[in-house]
Amino acid sequence: MEITTTQYKHCDLLKITGRIDSMTAPDLSKLIAEINEAGRFKLVVDMKDVDYISSSGLWVLINAQKTCKRYNRGEVILACVPPRIHSALDLAGFVPFFKFFDDVVAAVGNF
Amino acid sequence: MKTFVFPGRYGSLERISHVIVEAATTAGFNDADVYAIQTAVDEACSNIIDHAYGGQDLGDIEMQVSTSHNNITIVLHDQGRPFTPESVPLPDFKTDLQNRKERGLGLYFMRKLMDEVRFEFSEEGGNTLTLIKYKDKKG
Repeated sequence: MEITTTQYKHCDLLKITGRIDSMTAPDLSKLIAEINEAGRFKLVVDMKDVDYISSSGLWVLINAQKTCKRYNRGEVILACVPPRIHSALDLAGFVPFFKFFDDVVAAVGNF
Repeated sequence: MKTFVFPGRYGSLERISHVIVEAATTAGFNDADVYAIQTAVDEACSNIIDHAYGGQDLGDIEMQVSTSHNNITIVLHDQGRPFTPESVPLPDFKTDLQNRKERGLGLYFMRKLMDEVRFEFSEEGGNTLTLIKYKDKKG
């Protein structure tokens, strides 16, 4: 898994490539925690190039959403989610907790 | 039937997935089923590391993969603590976001994505988990 981050005026964009599994999910969790610790809670996660996500990866997204939405200070938005990844989110019952965008620019512009 | 032995650590998961994806694709499963089988096996192996062994590098995961004209069968062995699936609570789908708890999702995925999921334990053999997916059957 590789993550590239871009800090915009109103939000942070995380582009994830590869697998989010028990091996790599802690790295994603740590990166999001660092962004949160810097006081930034508006995140767009570009998942276009995510090949695979396990339940441990899904929990990272849910825990990030819990933290970001607290006190109405922000939220995690998911962009360009491949159908297989969306199916996993759906099976876990997590779809209602996120806004989905097919386009990164529109997702960033939402903030 | 092919047998593989992997160290029980998270770094093995990607290689395990490659083996499973190749076997399921070669056996003629469609892309959605290949992804489902990959997910079930990945969750099963993560559970072995987390729960049966209780950490990384405490034992091996032995994996047997066999395919036939209508199914793929994956048998996973470990020498960790007995796994009792009935002790794992079902995920709670009704709780709101802030109160949603991390529990039971891996086992739930296995059961939803595969057609057969069987857990056995013996003092000599340790845990044996059998996962079967049939072609052309909604799993």
